[in-house]
Amino acid sequence: MTDFLQLVFSGFATGSIYALAALGFTLLWQAAGTINFAQGEFVMLPAFMMLALLSYGAPLPVAFALTALISTVVLGWAFKKSVVDPLFKYGMMQIVVASIGLSIVMKNAMRAGYSAEAHPFPSLFSDSLFNVAGVTISTGDVGTLVCALLVVFATQAFLAKTVTGRAMQAVAQNTESAAVLGINVPKMIFYTFAINAVLACVAAILVTPVYLAKFDMGDSLGTKAFFAAIIGGFNNSRGALLGGLIVGVSENLAAAYISPAYKDAVALVVFMVVILFRPQGLLGKREERKV
Amino acid sequence: MSKKQILFGLAFGAVVLCLPPFLKNYGVYMFTTWLIYVIATMGLNLTVGYAGQKSLGHAAFFGIGAYTVAILMKAGFSWWLGLPAAIALCFVLGVVLGFPALRVQTIYLAFATLGFNTAVWLVMRNEEWLTGGTFGLNGIARPEIFGYSLKDGLPYYYFVLAIAAIAMGLMWGLLRSPWGKAFQALRDNPIRAESLGIDTRNYTLLSFAIGAAYAGIAGVLFASLVDFIEPAPFAVGASIMMYLMVVVGGSGYFLGPLIGALVGMVVPDWIRDVFPILSNWYLPLFGGTVVLMMIWLPDGLMSLPDRIRAKRESKLASAKRADAKSEMAAVMGEQK
Amino acid sequence: MTAPILKVNGLKKAYGAIQAVGGVSFEVMPGEIFGVIGPNGSGKTTLFNSMLGQITPDEGSIELNGKDVSKCGPLELNRRGVGRTFQTLQVFGKMTVRDNLIVAAQEHKGTMLSRMFAPSDSGLGDRADALIKRFRIEHVAHLKAGTLSYGQQKLVDIAMAFMSEPDLVLLDEPCAGVNPSLVGGISTLLKDLNQNPHSGKKSSFVVIEHNMDFVMDLCHRIMVMVEGQVMAVGTPAEIRANKQVLDAYLGA
Repeated sequence: MTDFLQLVFSGFATGSIYALAALGFTLLWQAAGTINFAQGEFVMLPAFMMLALLSYGAPLPVAFALTALISTVVLGWAFKKSVVDPLFKYGMMQIVVASIGLSIVMKNAMRAGYSAEAHPFPSLFSDSLFNVAGVTISTGDVGTLVCALLVVFATQAFLAKTVTGRAMQAVAQNTESAAVLGINVPKMIFYTFAINAVLACVAAILVTPVYLAKFDMGDSLGTKAFFAAIIGGFNNSRGALLGGLIVGVSENLAAAYISPAYKDAVALVVFMVVILFRPQGLLGKREERKV
Repeated sequence: MSKKQILFGLAFGAVVLCLPPFLKNYGVYMFTTWLIYVIATMGLNLTVGYAGQKSLGHAAFFGIGAYTVAILMKAGFSWWLGLPAAIALCFVLGVVLGFPALRVQTIYLAFATLGFNTAVWLVMRNEEWLTGGTFGLNGIARPEIFGYSLKDGLPYYYFVLAIAAIAMGLMWGLLRSPWGKAFQALRDNPIRAESLGIDTRNYTLLSFAIGAAYAGIAGVLFASLVDFIEPAPFAVGASIMMYLMVVVGGSGYFLGPLIGALVGMVVPDWIRDVFPILSNWYLPLFGGTVVLMMIWLPDGLMSLPDRIRAKRESKLASAKRADAKSEMAAVMGEQK
Repeated sequence: MTAPILKVNGLKKAYGAIQAVGGVSFEVMPGEIFGVIGPNGSGKTTLFNSMLGQITPDEGSIELNGKDVSKCGPLELNRRGVGRTFQTLQVFGKMTVRDNLIVAAQEHKGTMLSRMFAPSDSGLGDRADALIKRFRIEHVAHLKAGTLSYGQQKLVDIAMAFMSEPDLVLLDEPCAGVNPSLVGGISTLLKDLNQNPHSGKKSSFVVIEHNMDFVMDLCHRIMVMVEGQVMAVGTPAEIRANKQVLDAYLGA
């Protein structure tokens, strides 16, 4: 039983990171109709940026802050301006293809231009383990879970409680009406991209210590983020959290109880079941097919 | 067909038929690989380009074709049994994959096909008893035709060329027939299509099935070409590359796959040969090209002639309007 | 007594608490042009969507040529001889005008398998050309439908509905968004198609429209719907003189 709880708990921790990536992904879809296949790479790039800054002697919090800033500009503003805006009128698949191209560029440029190897990354949390009612939990897991949850809830609070946040929600639900109401739609969409960039940075600082920084670290993370976003509900922010936790936990349980080789399969199966029988996700609302 | 097109076709035919004997082994291998991917991409072009479906799992069928012939040959059956078996299996599984397409739309369908590919790849990787797992299967021989062995590079190339030509011919015939229009109707306006008596269900399933069958044929040819197969070329990454090949070539353009497969498969290897410094940078360059192409030429390379023509026509039209305007002005001036 | 081509009996459809259609019955005789008018929210669209197989009615029946089609979807209805136009343009933009017309009827020829081997135009080339001539769109017949003007696309849209030579054509606001100068042309076309059908069989139309002049001029009989119910059915003259209708809908 304790094993099970351990697996569940560490699954929560990993899952909360997936939730961060999934949340950004979902927000981009809702507010900007953008499917970002490069989401995994959006986490990989800040990871390497921070590493670079750290190697120049910057302390971790500074490196993080600076990276978050740079990401907002590059992965937020530049991405929107150069890729999403020009393609928006052509429809979703062009944006998907462009983001696929982008992910290929980022991944392989990093590999060719910088390094093909895995690099260690300092953790925010200490290495220690502690024991709660017979279950061994690592500080890292707790720290990750708490951090990620804090960020997710903060984001959701921002969206629900602040004026800007609500304006962003309005844009996500009905862009035309929002514009008519005087909301600066392009600005709100930019904020969405900015938030996504920051969320990716947070995911980077939490996941890289465990899985190391490598050019292809975005692959698995990106895939899990999609699965999480779809399972939870592509048009619902809370869904990203639920989806992330489900993926994280089911992965761990599958690896332990079925086989490590099929670790990815369980999340996949849940994903397929959801896509086929409830495409709007567990918490999502059915999207009407427009005639 | 215009004179320019006929000349182009003849030149192309000459290159494809007459050049390979003058190439080294590696060159022949490249040509063969290109043709194989042309066949696979043609199938995807039908599903995605002509029928408007979303499929990011095409490489799964490529792999199923390859593994089917490999496994059957290991069990002692002839290659000539393996080919139809692979086609049939891929066709059936293509229909199966088509069912989600009836229930879910666009991006969700794309994700579902991704999931399908991942599932197939996982089976290929893990079920060692069947597929050899990560160790793969080797010793996949090339077929014999009427006792004539196709073991060598050049004969096998011509064999693949013949099959590719037949496949292209069949596809051309299919697209010219009423089916071609039905697929396009399904792509452009499925609701209108239904109200006109076009059974969108059937055509959706068939677009997946036929596309998958083509990938299966390509997979069989691929297995015999490379002699040793393992799961990597059939993973999601490969599906995405195939999709990009269709898009770069020109989605819904008949000759698109020829260019798409060239850019996706042949050019990287050629670059690695000629400009070794760039070899690591091919993929980022390709990715960058895809991004730029989406922004400037979203309909792919084959859409370039249409684009140029449309620009020329609109220039002519505005010139005509300008002329008409000045004529009017002159006439009005005279009347004053 | 000739049998009606279309018979709607006690049709009811509710959306939650709103009774969109609350017991509508009417008949359309073969060769007739039957208009349906009424203010917004009167249930015309819901009625139409039921007749088109897009929604299933809660109660009541729809009979086509004496056979119940209440549960048929759009595909099945087309196979049974029902054609329709759309309020918003729904042509196949990337195909030529001529191909649009051909694809509009090709599924009625042969089976799926036989169509794989059929010639590209399924033998419908002449019929398409005849319709193109009737609609006076010869000069754009070989252009991609998406490049035409709105009015021209509207004509293609209507032509497509007639390609399969349906017994019954449902026209959903054929004049919507159309330049007033074209409305008269559409009316003439429809009258001609009704009186001189290409196939020689009688062709009946049901038309929803807001353009009163158009409706009064075109239709043999008109049905007025208000709040999900039939208020009156009669010839244009009768409807124009009907005091109830004038008060509720047509105004002074």
